[in-house]
Amino acid sequence: MAYSDKVIDHYSNPRNVGTLDKSKKNVGTGLVGAPECGDVMRLQIEVDETTNTITDAKFKTFGCGSAIASSSLATEWLKGKTVDEALAIDNMEIVEELALPPVKIHCSVLAEDAIKSAINDYRVKNGLPELEVAKSHH
Amino acid sequence: MLKLPIYLDNNATTPLDPRVLEAMMPYLTEVFGNAASRNHPFGWAAEEAVDYAREQIAGLINCDPKEIIFTSGATESDNLGIKGVFEMYSQKGNHIITATTEHKAVLDTCKHIEKLGGRVTYLPVNAEGLISLEELEAAMTPETILVTIMYGNNETGTIQPIREIAQIAHKHGALFMTDGTQAVGKIPVDVIADGIDLMAFTAHKMYGPKGVGALYVRRKNPRVKVTAQMDGGGHERGMRSGTLNVPGIVGLGKACELAKQEMAADTARLSVMRDRLERELLTLEESYVNGSVEHRLPHVANISFKYVEGEGLMMGVKDLAVSSGSACTSASLEPSYVLKALGLSDDLAHSSLRFGLSRFTTDEQIDYAINHVKEAVTKLREMSPLWEMFKEGIDLNSIEWAEH
Repeated sequence: MAYSDKVIDHYSNPRNVGTLDKSKKNVGTGLVGAPECGDVMRLQIEVDETTNTITDAKFKTFGCGSAIASSSLATEWLKGKTVDEALAIDNMEIVEELALPPVKIHCSVLAEDAIKSAINDYRVKNGLPELEVAKSHH
Repeated sequence: MLKLPIYLDNNATTPLDPRVLEAMMPYLTEVFGNAASRNHPFGWAAEEAVDYAREQIAGLINCDPKEIIFTSGATESDNLGIKGVFEMYSQKGNHIITATTEHKAVLDTCKHIEKLGGRVTYLPVNAEGLISLEELEAAMTPETILVTIMYGNNETGTIQPIREIAQIAHKHGALFMTDGTQAVGKIPVDVIADGIDLMAFTAHKMYGPKGVGALYVRRKNPRVKVTAQMDGGGHERGMRSGTLNVPGIVGLGKACELAKQEMAADTARLSVMRDRLERELLTLEESYVNGSVEHRLPHVANISFKYVEGEGLMMGVKDLAVSSGSACTSASLEPSYVLKALGLSDDLAHSSLRFGLSRFTTDEQIDYAINHVKEAVTKLREMSPLWEMFKEGIDLNSIEWAEH
């Protein structure tokens, strides 16, 4: 399968690989996917509670090149966004940016799920109600 | 200078040996006759070339040249052998025994047989990929007409106990067929000593051209017949109609001749290289050989690297042409059914690479492959949340993974 230049770039030089301290109250962690499906994404955000802005984002992904690229791109986009702006990220934006083929759309869906899951984790930790996650994959 | 990418997918297909091409060339140009033309020298020359190829092939597998039925390849040979026996021996019974790790050319043909009213037993394999002789014996019935078990597996290289299987089949009055696609030309295959009644094989897995293969059909003790699956001019003793692919057949013949001459030397060289590749890659933590280490084709290694995903790994080893046990690219997300039959979990099956070495593989290529794979696995593990959890001592089975 041919990968787009952007997928190859994110795969070869992934942005923001790493781990944030999940015990911190202002860190939200999203772990989505399953090993037997061949995709597991962990995406973490660190939020400045006064401005509701994401100051840092890290990921680790077990998956194909498109899954790694989707999560790498997601962390790039998350930094500097407010939590509300982050919630508005749609998987199709990732598909467009990375030129993902139809069989790889699920990677972008997983990335969107990971963002929402991280935000929900942050919300729950801070006494906010969990948001309904609209998208589900497969 | 090392040329990249390096081809290590020789179980999929092998390059054409230049000596094979050289033998074929005249038959692609000036010697173009139809081997079935009996009335003029053009036909005679073609027929002579085909007869010579039969001898070369017979020399490799120890059969009579007349027992070779030319086909388009191993898939057709598997189809012809299984369907042909099922039709020809329908008076005797309708039961066929095979194994879950067979190639799709066998498994899907058996599915077809079931649709036609036949009964098929799919024997399981153990963690090494071997069938149980006791289970085979227990599965035999008076209606069993055919046992078909592959010689060497395409994904793991596991070699089945062919002689013992043949003995059990014969003891119960059934024929024994084997898909010899990966084994013929790589390890000694002797249809008489092994007790093989039918065998499918192909040229392009042993440095011959694509599009030509053969079905060995025993002519005595017992005399085996298969019902033709294509109607036409009655070529190949009525079992396979169609104008013979003379240049392809000449190529198959030459490939067999070379295999016979060079097998011992190739095996000695390749098994050392394969073992070195494997030993080095197993120095990576949490890496495992799939299939039997003891009963294995000399040029094949199948290794799983836990906590990295197969397709991502393939992308990481872009300088190598290898296969993965993960079929994500087909969007099915289904890991290899062969590895799953060995009892591998989905994630371990996804994380596997298959290396197939060839006569043309060099030590320099293996050195490069070792470093390239090590680097890719290490990099991907640093990126893998599963590896991090493993390192923290978290049991991944204790996590409730989201439905996916």
